[in-house]
Amino acid sequence: MLYFSRLKIISIIVFCFSLIFFSISNFINNEDFFLKKKVNLGLDLQGGSYLLLEVDKNPVINQTLQSKLTQVRNYFKKKEIKTFDYKLGKQKVLFKSDTNDQEKILELFKNDNELNPYFDVYKSNQYNVDLIDNIFELTLTKYGIIEIEQSLLDQAIEIVRKRVDEVGTNEPSITKSGSNRIAVELPGLDNPDRIKSLLGKTANLTFRFVTQNTDASFGSEKLKNLDTGEELNVSKRIIISGDNLIDAKPQMDNINNETVVSFTLDRLGARKFGRATKNGIGKQLAIVLDNQVISAPVIRDIIASGSGQISGGFTFQSATDLALLLRSGALPAPLNIIEERTVGPDLGEDSIKAGVLSLIIGFILVILYMIYKYRLFGLISNFALIINLFMLLGFLTIFEATLTLPGIAGIILTVGMAVDANVLIFERIKEELKKEKNKVIAFDNGYTLSRTAILDANITTIIAALILFVFGSGPVKGFSVTLSIGILTTLFSVYYIARLLTSLYVIKNKNNEVTIK
Amino acid sequence: MTSKYFFNKYYNLSNIISLILFIISIFFLIFKGLNYGVDFKGGTLIELRSDNTNYKTEDIRGAFNKLNLDDLSVKKFGAEGDYVIKFKRSDLNEPDFIKNLKNDLDNYLEDYNFRRVENVGPKVSTELLQDGVTAIAIALAAMLIYIWFRFEWQFSIGAIIAIFHDVIITLGIFSLLSLEINLSIVAAVLTIVGYSMNDTVVIFDRVRENLKKYADIKIFDLTNLSINETLSRTLITSVTTLLALLSIFFFGGEILKGFSFAMILGVILGTYSSIFIANPVLVYFKVSQKTLIKEEN
Repeated sequence: MLYFSRLKIISIIVFCFSLIFFSISNFINNEDFFLKKKVNLGLDLQGGSYLLLEVDKNPVINQTLQSKLTQVRNYFKKKEIKTFDYKLGKQKVLFKSDTNDQEKILELFKNDNELNPYFDVYKSNQYNVDLIDNIFELTLTKYGIIEIEQSLLDQAIEIVRKRVDEVGTNEPSITKSGSNRIAVELPGLDNPDRIKSLLGKTANLTFRFVTQNTDASFGSEKLKNLDTGEELNVSKRIIISGDNLIDAKPQMDNINNETVVSFTLDRLGARKFGRATKNGIGKQLAIVLDNQVISAPVIRDIIASGSGQISGGFTFQSATDLALLLRSGALPAPLNIIEERTVGPDLGEDSIKAGVLSLIIGFILVILYMIYKYRLFGLISNFALIINLFMLLGFLTIFEATLTLPGIAGIILTVGMAVDANVLIFERIKEELKKEKNKVIAFDNGYTLSRTAILDANITTIIAALILFVFGSGPVKGFSVTLSIGILTTLFSVYYIARLLTSLYVIKNKNNEVTIK
Repeated sequence: MTSKYFFNKYYNLSNIISLILFIISIFFLIFKGLNYGVDFKGGTLIELRSDNTNYKTEDIRGAFNKLNLDDLSVKKFGAEGDYVIKFKRSDLNEPDFIKNLKNDLDNYLEDYNFRRVENVGPKVSTELLQDGVTAIAIALAAMLIYIWFRFEWQFSIGAIIAIFHDVIITLGIFSLLSLEINLSIVAAVLTIVGYSMNDTVVIFDRVRENLKKYADIKIFDLTNLSINETLSRTLITSVTTLLALLSIFFFGGEILKGFSFAMILGVILGTYSSIFIANPVLVYFKVSQKTLIKEEN
């Protein structure tokens, strides 16, 4: 175990130096340095906000079932099969038919792709049909729901990205998490209130007429006017919606000296809007956002240009936010903030200081203890430990891993535990030196005989770290990263660096007195 | 072969003490329970720093008390002027909650800022707790399987009993002192599992080696011999690990206090249990050279 070929020695040195080189790029503040990779600081160290959003799929499922109800009714009408008593139950559509049609209906649900789409990927239909007490119950299958969730999540993440980008925070990270969640990381942001209120709105914009007639064919609903506080009876017929918008921006209206949001419509929207304003002169137009009326101006003139203004007693901030929401489009479903963690930058800075201080102190204590215990071999072990730390940092840099406060704790713990392998070896060598006259053989035996114990001991720690990596979340994950990489670099530094130095020393002093205290 | 210290004399005594501590810990865990933080209980945590040195904890508590928050707790947190406030929140989906809270608080406090805000919904906290328990359970199972694979089943049981001992007593002490259990404590417990295993494995490795070497020494003395041979390693590694942990405990800031405290307990217990718990189990199962040979056939 003590022999090293020249090639091996050179490879070890090259390997160490390249990792040390990577680690050094963290300390150099030079943009020209051709490697700009750095260890990322976690939100707990650099300050920032983490939000976990959950897509509320229930409204969309209800909508889907509502339109399914209509589709099924029309389908059977066309097939001239009598179905009746349609009802929307809790997450299901209910209907009845004549008893002798029941078989046929079940058959159609099984085989007609138009009535009940079949997903090849999942080997499942979109809907389940049960006949209970002569009532058909139509429910979404597990995969039917997954389908909805996935498309919801895809759409929602796009909108979230647009909104966050518009606010212009520094390098946000927006990722899917599970089947219905979005994780938003906003480094450097210590007050997420604005982002939270922007993400908390679906921003579903519609332009509709205020109507007196309650039994119009589209129906109407009572909505609150935020501007005046009164309740308005608004038609359910949508003239144009947010989908027709191509731009929106806040503007100062010089006539009334107030902030408004000006918008531009696409061609289709402009045409519809022109027609509606032409027919509706004198009527009140309700501008509805998320079931609340922002304002309800009276139409005085035809608006054919496809651009207009929304006024509603905005401040400049609220007009800016509304314009931003309109530009980014409506969310397909409401988002709930189910987890939020915000760390202020000063706390992050304090944490870095405390982490680094405890690392330095821990490091010095361990180094002094090792010198006290093993003298020269303690120095060798310490040298390996220093290289080990640089290598650990080098790996973190190459992988651009995220360093968190628990991650720093992982590094400190690595310092404490890294010497373990060398201790095992040195203690074994001591025992062997008692039995064996030949120094070289004694050292060699010490390395060989301690190997299984070292491997076992480190594998158990790595198992624990990996499990933590899989199940841990947030900053704690950073602990498992530094701990597992730390174990690997420790094994390397013990078996290549410390062993190389030990062997050089022992072979040189073959005939002299060599002892480990 | 002579041993310097006679650990095996104290096997019975230490086992009785451990059993008592273990039972007391279980008792505490069942009847007092653990003090879960917002990670696992859900709710809101605010770390507040006040530059007004006249404030006392009662003043901060009084101010928050006026805001009608459920399940409110206010505690000092490390440095002068730093506090941690925890409470339950009914409406998680109000995006302006913190903003409004600050506005209300301005009526009662001045010169303060929120350094950290954590908000965990009930769904997420339940999941985090489940994940934590699953992670620890899987870690235990993985250790059991690994050591079973590397050694014989008697060793496996010895190691697992030692780990259980360490984890349960650590948690028992957390329960006794009402220390907060959060995500980093789960990390600490997992590391304790790894560390305790590590310590035990090194001694077991030596036991196995000695079993092959000395057919005539009874397991009772053989474990003692092995403990003695590995003793200086056991102690040196515990010392260096403790030095690192003490450094985190005293200088690593408030956030890592619980974590490093749990680890310190774990390392001390782990060192003790690898000597006084894991080895007596081998004696109890009358492990001998035959055990090894049987396995090999």
